[in-house]
Amino acid sequence: MSIEIRNVSKSFGQFQALKDISLVVPAGELVALLGPSGSGKTTLLRMIAGLDFPDTGSVIFDGQEGTRREARDRGVGFVFQHYSLFRHMTVFDNVAFGLTVKPRKSRPSKEAITKKVHELLQLIQLEGLANRYPSQLSGGQRQRVALARALAVEPNVLLLDEPFGALDAKVRQELRTWLRRLHDEIHVTSVFVTHDQEEALEVADRIVLMNEGRVVQEGPPEQVYHEPANAFVYHFLGSLNLFHARIEDGQAIIGEPATVSSAAPNGDTPMAYVRPHLMDIERFPKSRNHFPGRVVRINAAGPLVKVELVTERGQTVQVEISHERYRELQPAKNEMVFVGPREMRVF
Amino acid sequence: MGWTIFYLCLIILIPLSMILVKSASLGWLGFWRAVAAPRALAAYRISLEASFIAALINAVFGLIVAWVLVRYRFPGRRIFDGLVDLPFALPTAVAGIVLTTMYSEHGWIGSRLAAVGIKVAYTPLGIVVALTFIGLPFVVRTVQPVLQEIDVEVEEAARSLGAGLWQTFRRVLLPELLPAWLTGITMAFARALGEYGSVVFIAGNMPMRTEITPLLVMIKLDQFDYAGASAIALAFLLISFALLLAINAMQRRLGALPALR
Amino acid sequence: MAGTASIPLRNVPGASLGVRRDPRSVRWPLIVICVGFLALFLLLPLVAVFANALSSGVAAYLRALTDPEALSAIRLTLLTAGIAVPANLVFGVAAAWAIARFDFTGKRLLITLIDVPFSISPVISGMVFVLLFGAQGLFGKWLMAHNLRIVFAVPGLILATIFVTFPYIARELIPALQAVGSEEEEAALALGASGWKMLWRITLPNIKWSILYGVILCNARAMGEFGAVSVVSGHIRGLTNTMPLYIEILYNDYQLPAAFAVASLLTLLAVVTLIAKSIVEWKFEEDTASVIAVSKPDPS
Repeated sequence: MSIEIRNVSKSFGQFQALKDISLVVPAGELVALLGPSGSGKTTLLRMIAGLDFPDTGSVIFDGQEGTRREARDRGVGFVFQHYSLFRHMTVFDNVAFGLTVKPRKSRPSKEAITKKVHELLQLIQLEGLANRYPSQLSGGQRQRVALARALAVEPNVLLLDEPFGALDAKVRQELRTWLRRLHDEIHVTSVFVTHDQEEALEVADRIVLMNEGRVVQEGPPEQVYHEPANAFVYHFLGSLNLFHARIEDGQAIIGEPATVSSAAPNGDTPMAYVRPHLMDIERFPKSRNHFPGRVVRINAAGPLVKVELVTERGQTVQVEISHERYRELQPAKNEMVFVGPREMRVF
Repeated sequence: MGWTIFYLCLIILIPLSMILVKSASLGWLGFWRAVAAPRALAAYRISLEASFIAALINAVFGLIVAWVLVRYRFPGRRIFDGLVDLPFALPTAVAGIVLTTMYSEHGWIGSRLAAVGIKVAYTPLGIVVALTFIGLPFVVRTVQPVLQEIDVEVEEAARSLGAGLWQTFRRVLLPELLPAWLTGITMAFARALGEYGSVVFIAGNMPMRTEITPLLVMIKLDQFDYAGASAIALAFLLISFALLLAINAMQRRLGALPALR
Repeated sequence: MAGTASIPLRNVPGASLGVRRDPRSVRWPLIVICVGFLALFLLLPLVAVFANALSSGVAAYLRALTDPEALSAIRLTLLTAGIAVPANLVFGVAAAWAIARFDFTGKRLLITLIDVPFSISPVISGMVFVLLFGAQGLFGKWLMAHNLRIVFAVPGLILATIFVTFPYIARELIPALQAVGSEEEEAALALGASGWKMLWRITLPNIKWSILYGVILCNARAMGEFGAVSVVSGHIRGLTNTMPLYIEILYNDYQLPAAFAVASLLTLLAVVTLIAKSIVEWKFEEDTASVIAVSKPDPS
């Protein structure tokens, strides 16, 4: 089922959470709503779910107007950040809940429900835990049960609100992969909210970046990452080095490094954005954009070697080079070298 | 530390043991005769029945009141919320005379009910009314905080899965409220059992009909039958104690479910 | 590695407004039942007290209150509360502190004992005092020999009141002390404060609202106690009648407006108690509002 958000706005008292949002979620896709706290992404998700209603605008499901429909009539499955499992029911009863509250006419038989629940438990790999209570499960297990519970009613749309936010890093990683694989199997239209850009880039078919109640950019992960629309997007999606820049003959010349806070996006002065792994280290300046720096820290524990340098003015620059390059170069602490961007974006 | 225990012993244990001692002075036969006299048995029955019914009324209405006060907004809500503690703060004698006046045949409510043939004052019904008043805050105040603390998301989860309001209430909210609700009901019941001031005015105090146990004890004391009074008091204390223990055990059984931990 | 821009955490209010939108057809009947029940059982009696008190006119009302017997009843009530409340405050604080801070054998027993006056009928409480200090009581002969009267005299009233209202302060303070925790006290002791200093300057200020509330409640119960003092007092007019007992006498004498006049004073006290409770709760919430709380939705 496809979802269309048309000109949706929502305020809570003085605070405007959503400002005229328009968005399309194509059927069968896994879309991430990505943004910092307060960007409105959860509010938007809840609008889709029917847990909250927009002040203006409409929410359209498969071409049919559904803005004011009650949550229970929308056929959505919602997974909460803190699982919200029913504490006094077993795992089985939790998963079966949606099926057991269906009106008499459409309610499946007890056998059918049992069968379905066991199928789902198998899907989430928690077969043997059907009779446990939520308090007896780990965080990751609980979240999987929450997912199974949402899937039990065969929703048209699956909505997840920071589903892995409350879990350990390792579990988060596992569940991320698992969610992706699950989606590849069942292809239900899914929207999930996250503030973790890594998660979004890894899992989603399409990313919608939000900030302060507006959609800043949307597109497939590669596009959003490599072709950020503005400084905010660039900044949000990874670490960076920031430099003042000036334009000469259509070429950008980088000047002094800048700090993020001083680079308030005012748009007047051009700023150059360079990712650490797009910086080069050389023994001799290779271009106008290379500048001297002193090596202060080298961290070779990881897929790339992280080198921290300090410029003449005392500002820090982060560079990531491959282990090969590191072996070639052999930079030593306190050595003076030259650094420069291989690729940069200027906003 | 030691002083506190001393003070408490002085103030509580010793007095209580007096009841035992005095009752014992009757000997087994005398004790039994005092405790099982028809008038005494009637008094226990009246006390237990009226307290039970009042507790049930408060169970139902107290739950509704707590629900409404927590979940809905309406003009005057704050005032009504504060008012719930009135039976706690108002002297029982004042409650007694005002309830009697209101429900007597010439009272504001009593007159209207008399028109339909219902008599409240000086009947067991009056006792129930007074005990309902006295127990009102217990259910409301024990349920309110629990209701407030229930995670809204759990309700939203149930709704998003297709449950209607009644289904959500019955299957998701009620189990969470149950322990507190039962505690409140028990407290209202226990309080009603021992209540004196607010009941003696409205009850009419007819032996065998509307005479509650505390009143019977009082009457025996007035007659200087200290032993008899102690015996009845002791018997009633034991009955009440046994009842409360039973309810407590039942509550503990419910609380033992891993889910409610 | 994550280059998240720092945007201040905003508390989005009413995020769950949707759920609490129980359908009108459910909401309003329930509200009506609730308000109806509370109006019937609480509001009406409150109004009735004053209506009945003034039913013979304001002059009669004032006369009833300035009657010498009424005045002595008021005096006695104030005296009783004036002794019972401070006594219970001191030992309530001690008991609550012992229970909240220490583990000792008999702790369970202590907690149960504190609840005893709360759970037995006030008549039985009063009777116990008669058994102890009455003419036929345990100490009866000794008291008579020394010409001391406790039962059927003022000391008995005061003792019975102390007994019956003891739990109110202790029960308020135990959870308050547990909630506050002992870290600050331990810090004070480590810094060299004496036990008393610590209690006075650290412990008590931390639980001041609970203390205040406990005192207010204890006072209301002390002034309004009826059952226990009824047994102990002997109803000696002008001498051992507290206000509740005096009300009973007036009522049984069919002097309704006068009875309600005196009752109206106690009712005013009850209303003041309720208001004080609201204020204390509000202050308490303010004090703990520094903890970032998820704002509760505002149901409509």
